[in-house]
Amino acid sequence: MLPYIWGAMIIISVVFSVLNNTQEQLNAAVLDSAGEAVELVISMCGTVCLWSGIMEIADKSGVTKFVSKLLSPITGKLFPSLDKKGDAFRAINMNITANLFGLGNAATPLGIKAMQCLQKENVSSCASRDMIMLVILNTTSVQLIPTMILSLLQSAGCSDPSGIIPFTWAASVTGLVCGVISVMIFTKREGKLCTRR
Amino acid sequence: MYASMIIPAVMLLIISVGLIQRQPVFTLFCDGAKEGLHTMYSIAPSLIGLITAIGMFKASGVLDFLTSLLLPVTALADIPEQVTPLFFLKPISGSGSLAILNNIINENGADSIVTKIASVMTGSTETTFYCIAVYYGAVRINKTGCTIPCALIGDFAGMMTAIILTSRFG
Repeated sequence: MLPYIWGAMIIISVVFSVLNNTQEQLNAAVLDSAGEAVELVISMCGTVCLWSGIMEIADKSGVTKFVSKLLSPITGKLFPSLDKKGDAFRAINMNITANLFGLGNAATPLGIKAMQCLQKENVSSCASRDMIMLVILNTTSVQLIPTMILSLLQSAGCSDPSGIIPFTWAASVTGLVCGVISVMIFTKREGKLCTRR
Repeated sequence: MYASMIIPAVMLLIISVGLIQRQPVFTLFCDGAKEGLHTMYSIAPSLIGLITAIGMFKASGVLDFLTSLLLPVTALADIPEQVTPLFFLKPISGSGSLAILNNIINENGADSIVTKIASVMTGSTETTFYCIAVYYGAVRINKTGCTIPCALIGDFAGMMTAIILTSRFG
């Protein structure tokens, strides 16, 4: 999907700028943007590295394991049919915790492992209820420290970047709850999940 | 503000636990930081491409034209017009929404309320379609049932909450 959007954006911009007589601004934008992107990457680098360093310590000293144990009663409610001692359940808990700590590189393999465990028990060719729930928990996941955004704000000279944190918590928890509730409603109502091709 | 204590408190907690567990905290930190470097290295090409595309989109006047088309809808819901592109781009591309956010910061300043709203929107959801593609791709499932509608409901709810809360209390 992204390749089409990206290509279309550039083509439309060029055509539109000819019609709109903004060729000069367009040309300037092309010349400036690439350099600006590199500056942005470099200025964000410090904060991003700092946090992935801290979160690595959290992971290896057992903080993430501890948190995933705390979360397991909640996950148990979201996946009532799963065996609480099984591999799938443990992988799901660790996946949610890794997302919470912003450990993207650790979260994805754990999520994939959980999906594969769920697939073993899946009899149809469609996504099972638990798979949908797991994917939704990932698309609406809550992040404790939104590192990328903080580092972008920091590098732009924002006076209080961490002021956004309580708001991102509130907004992402709301998104998560709405996503989970809609999975519950949709899967209950449909009964049979294979309606879309 | 109590929010400025969140980051130091998280650091204090994690490092104390690491020391109590007798972990080589500094070595672990360096390992993790290296991974962060790798993350930035791997998103740099897509950021360059997308920031250029969004810069062109903005400079040619298309972005303003499109947001002005949506103005009747966004004004009704009290959505600042500058943040409307995020609704469409955030579920598709993480780097793309960072590029939009960067553009908003350049236009409105790092301390403006619009910047704050856009930051909260960007920070509150994941890149939905990427997640769906990766997870279902791993088990080769195409029939995703209600996944996409549910995910988009979650995204929309999160972003609307971001706008409402941040413009009220931000």
